[in-house]
Amino acid sequence: MTLRDTHVTMAHGGGGRAMRDLIDEVFTAVFRPPGTEDQARLMAEALQEPGARLAFTTDSFVVTPLEFPGGDIGKLAVCGTVNDLAVGGARPLWLSAAFIIEEGCEIALLRRIVGSMAAEAALAGVRIVTGDTKVVERGKGDGVFITTAGIGVIPPGVEVGAARIRPGDAVIVNGVLGDHGATILAARGDLALSADLESDCAGLGHLMQAALAAAPGLSAARDCTRGGLASALNEMAAEAGVAVEIDETRLPLRPEVAGVCEILGLDPLYLAN
Amino acid sequence: MKFASEFRDPVAARALLAAIAAKADQIGATRAKPVHIMEICGGHTHSIFRYGLDKLIHEGVEFIHGPGCPVCVLPMARVDECVEIAEQPGVIFTTFGDAMRVPGHRKSLMQAKSGGADIRMVYSPLDALELARRNPGRQVVFFGLGFETTTPSTALSIQQAAREGLTNFSVFCNHITVPEPIRALLDDPDMVLDGFIGPGHVSMVIGIHPYDFIARDYGKPLVVAGFEPTDLLQSVLMVLTQIAEGRAAVENQYARVVPEHGNPVSLAAIADVYERRPSFEWRGLGEIDASGLRIRPKYAAFDAEEKFGIGYAAASRDVPEIEGCACGQVMTGKLKPTGCPQFGKGCTPEMPLGALMVSSEGACAAYWQYAGARVAAE
Amino acid sequence: MCLGIPGRITAITDEGRLMAMAEVSGVRREVNVACVAGNDLGALVGQWALIHVGFAMSLIDEDEAEKTLQALRDLGEAQETLEQMALTAEALQ
Repeated sequence: MTLRDTHVTMAHGGGGRAMRDLIDEVFTAVFRPPGTEDQARLMAEALQEPGARLAFTTDSFVVTPLEFPGGDIGKLAVCGTVNDLAVGGARPLWLSAAFIIEEGCEIALLRRIVGSMAAEAALAGVRIVTGDTKVVERGKGDGVFITTAGIGVIPPGVEVGAARIRPGDAVIVNGVLGDHGATILAARGDLALSADLESDCAGLGHLMQAALAAAPGLSAARDCTRGGLASALNEMAAEAGVAVEIDETRLPLRPEVAGVCEILGLDPLYLAN
Repeated sequence: MKFASEFRDPVAARALLAAIAAKADQIGATRAKPVHIMEICGGHTHSIFRYGLDKLIHEGVEFIHGPGCPVCVLPMARVDECVEIAEQPGVIFTTFGDAMRVPGHRKSLMQAKSGGADIRMVYSPLDALELARRNPGRQVVFFGLGFETTTPSTALSIQQAAREGLTNFSVFCNHITVPEPIRALLDDPDMVLDGFIGPGHVSMVIGIHPYDFIARDYGKPLVVAGFEPTDLLQSVLMVLTQIAEGRAAVENQYARVVPEHGNPVSLAAIADVYERRPSFEWRGLGEIDASGLRIRPKYAAFDAEEKFGIGYAAASRDVPEIEGCACGQVMTGKLKPTGCPQFGKGCTPEMPLGALMVSSEGACAAYWQYAGARVAAE
Repeated sequence: MCLGIPGRITAITDEGRLMAMAEVSGVRREVNVACVAGNDLGALVGQWALIHVGFAMSLIDEDEAEKTLQALRDLGEAQETLEQMALTAEALQ
């Protein structure tokens, strides 16, 4: 252990010894990427199959607070990208992770974030194979910003997309609505709301694989993040040229989430998941 | 949720819709010759669209969306003044979220925030008061916006600040009142209204009698209503029943929340802290006598107008509204939101031209959010 | 703007400043109860109030709520009977 600082300083972004220590101890020791080159060299047997396709996506993550009941920005950054791959029918395989860290960020906090990324990646069966860090001056960032990119493989024959939606299709939601959005709103603290709420953010890779195995005709799937269920359904409806009918009384909604929405005048259908 | 979900019962809603249809037929209301009912309050406008009541109701009943959305009736000059105060050095400007995106001539509060002004959204004026306690070196200004529902909250906050001797808290008072613009609407010779749905939460403060003149002098029924779908439908039925019986009275559908004479503590706080301005400017309606409030001289230390020399009394009021924006006509019920040439083109919730597209209680934003398919069909 | 919602007062948190804890569907927030405080602040605990921008603005009259609900139930029953009659009539045709 050579990293003695408790907080990130500009030196940790300077390219010298301090930066190397930070990267070695906080990031590579946990992510254990294959090799030490600036690029990851990857081989996927799944891609050898005729008709298999590569899926590639990227997403940036900002959230206040960085840690909240049920997760943190690291868990979001892995789940978000894994899920963008999964809902398109791909099996997620590799991620990259780039961090923009604000001067003054606690190193213990960084370790927790990195730890939850590694744990979530293990759960999802993906590897974090490459990454980058930059440090910005205090006031020029909000603690930590993370960008992840992901690569997955869509097996031959799998076709999942909004264009396949047909009248008569049923909409299935795999959990309760709005827990994540309501948790973040309450966790910010500036509204002085308190509630027993937890973010239910999670990787959906295994669930999607199971759903595709059980129902190969599954037409389309979305990860209802920002904009909630309503935005996801609106997008899919517009793309497929269909209308969607929702039975409002049957929406799975925790009373606490409904409560946060009533207090703030929000529509739970538009709350992030 | 208790006292809310029971009033969303679909069976009761269907029964009310059937009863409304029967009553509308009885008085001969048709699509060509509809009964025009104005819901005064923007909260009601929002509920009507959220639950699709205007689509479900008998075609002979037409809702006219009234001026009861405070950010919608806020002239651009007031937004400019907010920005001016917010950009003073050392100021923390606090506001309800609704006001953030209302366009001003130079910029909205959201744009001012991105330009470096310290502007914070709060849920309650109490949160602004707490900010003032925690930041003794800064001036915390709260944007006092809204009708009689909200006025007591800022009055009580000013009284509390006075008790604590806070010297860095002030309110930029732009509070307005409901009855006066209704009189102005009724005096408009083009007005075609047959009855009113009265604002429930304004009435829990002021009671139901300030509307007596509407029934007595203008012969129009008014029913004070709650905000759940069956509340609104029941109130429409009560208005139609009055019309069918040839009566005009002020009735209270929302008696579970609205006491006949309002809330005495709230009324006393308003009277202690505020006095009427001779007149106040409303977007789309112009100057209306005695329709706005200002802070009394004894609370001048908490009056942002006094503190910064910026505000309704100080500013030049001869400021034109944006060209091509028809908010004024929509607000007075002369134009449907979709009738505005800018609707959905130059004016969307993301890039609003007029205030009616900003607030979730504005008729245009409600049309946009909940009536997409219908708008396309029209 | 005039958004108000029913919440139950669960505790008095600051007698001097007339603050109490209110709960809406399991979500808690401290609110000012000046408008609804009678002589006995403790009597508020357990009561339902209409909450607006952090203030309890009006106590909810449970009897009046029940009256409105009863009227709705009566209407609903009448409606169900009518719908039943219509279905029967259709079946007989």
